[in-house]
Amino acid sequence: MYVIETDKLTKRFGGFTAVDRISFRVESGEIFGFLGANGAGKTTAMRMLCGLSAPTSGKATVAGYDVYRKSEQIKKHIGYMSQKFSLYADLKVWENIRLFGGIYGLSPKQLARKTDELLHALHLDGERDTPVNALPLGWKQKLAFSVAIIHEPAIVFLDEPTGGVDPVTRRQFWELIYDASARGITVFVTTHYMDEAEYCHRVSIMVDGRIEALDKPPALKETYHAANMNEVFQSLARKATRGGV
Amino acid sequence: MKALRYLLEKEFKQIMRDRFLPKIIFIMPVLQLAILPFAANFEMRNIYIGIVDNDRSVCSQRLTGKILSSGYFKLTDISPGYEEGLTSVEKDISDILIEIPAGFEKDLGKEGKAQVLIAANAINGTKGGLGYSYLSTIIQDFNSDSGYGVRTAGSITSKHLYNPHLNYKNYMVPGIMAFLLTLIGGFLSALNIVSEKEKGTIEQINVTPLPKSLFLLSKLIPFWIIGFILLTIGMIITWLIYGLIPAGSFGTIYLFAAIYLIAFTGLGLAISSISSNQQQAMFTAFFFMIIFALMSGLFTPVSSMPEWAQKLTLFNPLRYFVDVMRMVYLKGSRLSDLPVHFFVICLFAIFFNALAVIGYRKSN
Repeated sequence: MYVIETDKLTKRFGGFTAVDRISFRVESGEIFGFLGANGAGKTTAMRMLCGLSAPTSGKATVAGYDVYRKSEQIKKHIGYMSQKFSLYADLKVWENIRLFGGIYGLSPKQLARKTDELLHALHLDGERDTPVNALPLGWKQKLAFSVAIIHEPAIVFLDEPTGGVDPVTRRQFWELIYDASARGITVFVTTHYMDEAEYCHRVSIMVDGRIEALDKPPALKETYHAANMNEVFQSLARKATRGGV
Repeated sequence: MKALRYLLEKEFKQIMRDRFLPKIIFIMPVLQLAILPFAANFEMRNIYIGIVDNDRSVCSQRLTGKILSSGYFKLTDISPGYEEGLTSVEKDISDILIEIPAGFEKDLGKEGKAQVLIAANAINGTKGGLGYSYLSTIIQDFNSDSGYGVRTAGSITSKHLYNPHLNYKNYMVPGIMAFLLTLIGGFLSALNIVSEKEKGTIEQINVTPLPKSLFLLSKLIPFWIIGFILLTIGMIITWLIYGLIPAGSFGTIYLFAAIYLIAFTGLGLAISSISSNQQQAMFTAFFFMIIFALMSGLFTPVSSMPEWAQKLTLFNPLRYFVDVMRMVYLKGSRLSDLPVHFFVICLFAIFFNALAVIGYRKSN
C-alpha cells in the first residue's frame, strides 16, 4: 500500500520551475530519504505534499487524499517538522506538547499520558517546565519531532531535521525515527548528511527540480559504481545547473 | 472548537510572558488619559492683555479685576491711551487690548450702559478670537453682577448645553478613550500573526487541520478582553483625574466597545494576515490609524472639514465610536438614540473580520 503517490507533480513560481514533474510512490512504514542539493526543490515538493503549498500541475495523493481538494484532510494524517524550528519558544516544554496535542484533538487524559511518555522517551523529564528557547538545539529538534508525531499520524515529513546538530544527537534522532517507523509511521525525510541517507529504506535524489535517481541505497551505489552514498550524490549533483542557493 | 481552549491558553501565556506587552497595556491608558487631554486642549490660557483705562474709577477697576482674575488673561501692559496700547499689540507684547473710555462709571450710573473697546490681534486667529469671546463672556457676567449694560459691539448670547463650562477636557477624554481602544485593537493584533510568520511558528499551525477561523478567533479574543480591561482602567482614570463619569449607562459604553473592538481587531488581523513581515504590518496599520484619527472628529470637528472630507469620514469606524463615547459620556445617550452608529459599527466588524479570514491563507 502506498501512502504517498505523485504523478508529474509540478510547482512553478512565475517562470521558475521549482519542482519539475516528479513522480514517485512511498510505501506505508517506509523511511524515505529525499535528497538533493540546496535549491533542488526538496522543500517545495514537501510543502506541496503537506498542503502548505498548492501545486501548479500534476497529481498527488497523501494518505489517500488528493492534495488539491483534500488538503485539510491530509493535515489530519500527517506530521510536519519544518527546517526552521517552529515550536513556540516562549512556551514551556509541556505547554508546547499540550498545545499541539490539543489542536490535534487529544483528550485531556491522552494529553497527560502522552506528555509523560514523550518526556520520558526523550529523557526530558526534568525539563518539563523549561521554556523551549532555553533548550539546546539537539533537544529542541528531538522535541519538535516528537510533537510532530504526537497524534500518531500516517506519515511524518521531516525537513532537514538534523541540520546543525552534533553527531551523537543525530544518532539519537535517528533512533527516534526508527521507533516511529517501527510503530508504522511512514517517514519522509530530507537531509544533507550522506551517512543518514544510508539509514533510509529508499532514497530519491533531486537535481534541478527533477528526481534523477530513486532506489535502495545499496542498489544506488551499485548503479553509480560508488563506495558510498556520498559518491552517488556527488556524481548526480554535479550535473546541476542551478547554483547552490 | 475544543482546540480553541488550548489556543487561548497559549495566547494568554504568551502575552503575559512578553516583557513589554503587559506593561504597555497598563501604562498606555494612564499616560494617554493623563497627558493628551491637556495637550489636545483648545482652551486658551495666558492670553496677553493690554488695558487702557481712561476712567480710573471704582467700576473700571472692578471690571479689570474681574478680567484678570478669570485665569485666561495675563496683564502685560497698562497704557495711558489707545495708541500706546496698540503699539504694545504691534510689538507682540499683548494679544488683545481693552479700552475703557473716560466717563465709563458715569455713563453706567446715569444711563445704565456704557461701551468698551476690544481690539484683538488676529495674526494668531485662535488666540484673538477666543480672547475676544472670553472677554465678552466676562463682560456679560459683569453686567449681570452689577445690573449694568456694558456692551461690546455685536455681542451674542449663547448657552452651552451638556458641557456647561465648555470644558475641553470633558470633550476630549471620551474621544481619547475611543482612540485608545483603536490603538490596542488595531496595532497589537496587526503585529501578532505576522510575528508568528517571522518566527516560523505559523507553519506548524498551518500544517495542522486547525480551521483558520478558529485560529483567528484565538487571536481576536485576547485583544478583545485586553480592550475591555483597558476601557475599564481608562474610565477609572477619567473619574480619578477629571471627575468625569458617563451621563449615560456603562452598559451602552461596553456594548459599543465590544463591537468596536471586534471591528478593529479584525482590521489588525487582516493587515497581519496580508503582510509578510512586521515592518509592512506596522506601516499599514500606522497609515490607517493616522487617517482614522485625523478624520474622526477627535481633534478637529468633522463639521469644519470640506464636504468631500466629511463624506470620507463616513467610512471611518473611529468617527462613529468617538461620537458614541462623547454622546454617552456627555449627553447620556442610550442605544435607542444611536441606532445608526450601532449598525455601522456592526458592519465594520463583519467587514474587517471577513477580510481577515479571506486574507489569512494556510497554503500559498
